[in-house]
Amino acid sequence: MITIKLSYQIEKDDFTRAGQASSSIKKVLKQLGIDAQILRRIAIATYEAEMNIIIHSEGGFIEVNIDPEKVNIIAEDRGPGIENIELAMKAGYSTASEKIRELGFGAGMGLPNIKRCSDEFQIESTVGKCTRLEIVIYNP
Amino acid sequence: MTLKEVKELLEAEIITGTEYLEREVKTAFACDLMSDVLAFVDDKTLLLTGLVNSHTIRTAEMMDISAVVFVRGKKPDEDTIRLAEENEIAIMSTPHIMYVSSGILYSKGLKGAQIVHK
Repeated sequence: MITIKLSYQIEKDDFTRAGQASSSIKKVLKQLGIDAQILRRIAIATYEAEMNIIIHSEGGFIEVNIDPEKVNIIAEDRGPGIENIELAMKAGYSTASEKIRELGFGAGMGLPNIKRCSDEFQIESTVGKCTRLEIVIYNP
Repeated sequence: MTLKEVKELLEAEIITGTEYLEREVKTAFACDLMSDVLAFVDDKTLLLTGLVNSHTIRTAEMMDISAVVFVRGKKPDEDTIRLAEENEIAIMSTPHIMYVSSGILYSKGLKGAQIVHK
């Protein structure tokens, strides 16, 4: 079975390039002929995850593994970790700064939105270490 | 509704994408919060916003939004226009405020985009 792997480094506070990884992922998947609805869910999930890494973390990476049945997305950062995951998953809860809000983000919808777009969703976080999201979206 | 009709109704200026004026939009969404834009589900949606930066266009790209209207006469910078061109997204600028722009389009039959409640 052929698996295509894409990997992107995401830098902290890099608002100029924000969304480039997600844009590139979306373009590759579009060329592979993935259904538009599925593609949009993947785009939303990767974009929210990318913005989260830029806004909230010390930097990290997004890795996408594509096989005929599913798209597996790993988004991992280098900390500082999430103290209360349950709270972070709550719609509307946000720790984003005023500056981030001025850019149109930080409404506290990122993680719940990623979960909504996923068929499988896992979040693990260790304070002082890292946060890791694993997202699976099926390709029917 | 076609983008040409949107342009005429809103007395808008096309910033980029004159070649896309025959495109059709079925619903519209008006807000300054990109996090909210990322929560709707419809196809062929028009975005009205007062948030003028490249993140607006990135968000539009992710959501397959083919046209963005900047309200209250706001104009995007070169980077934002370039990003829209690359992604074949039309941009227009209307002198009307968000409330009036939305009201005009709604009264002419353009309904709001569906969002998911989950």
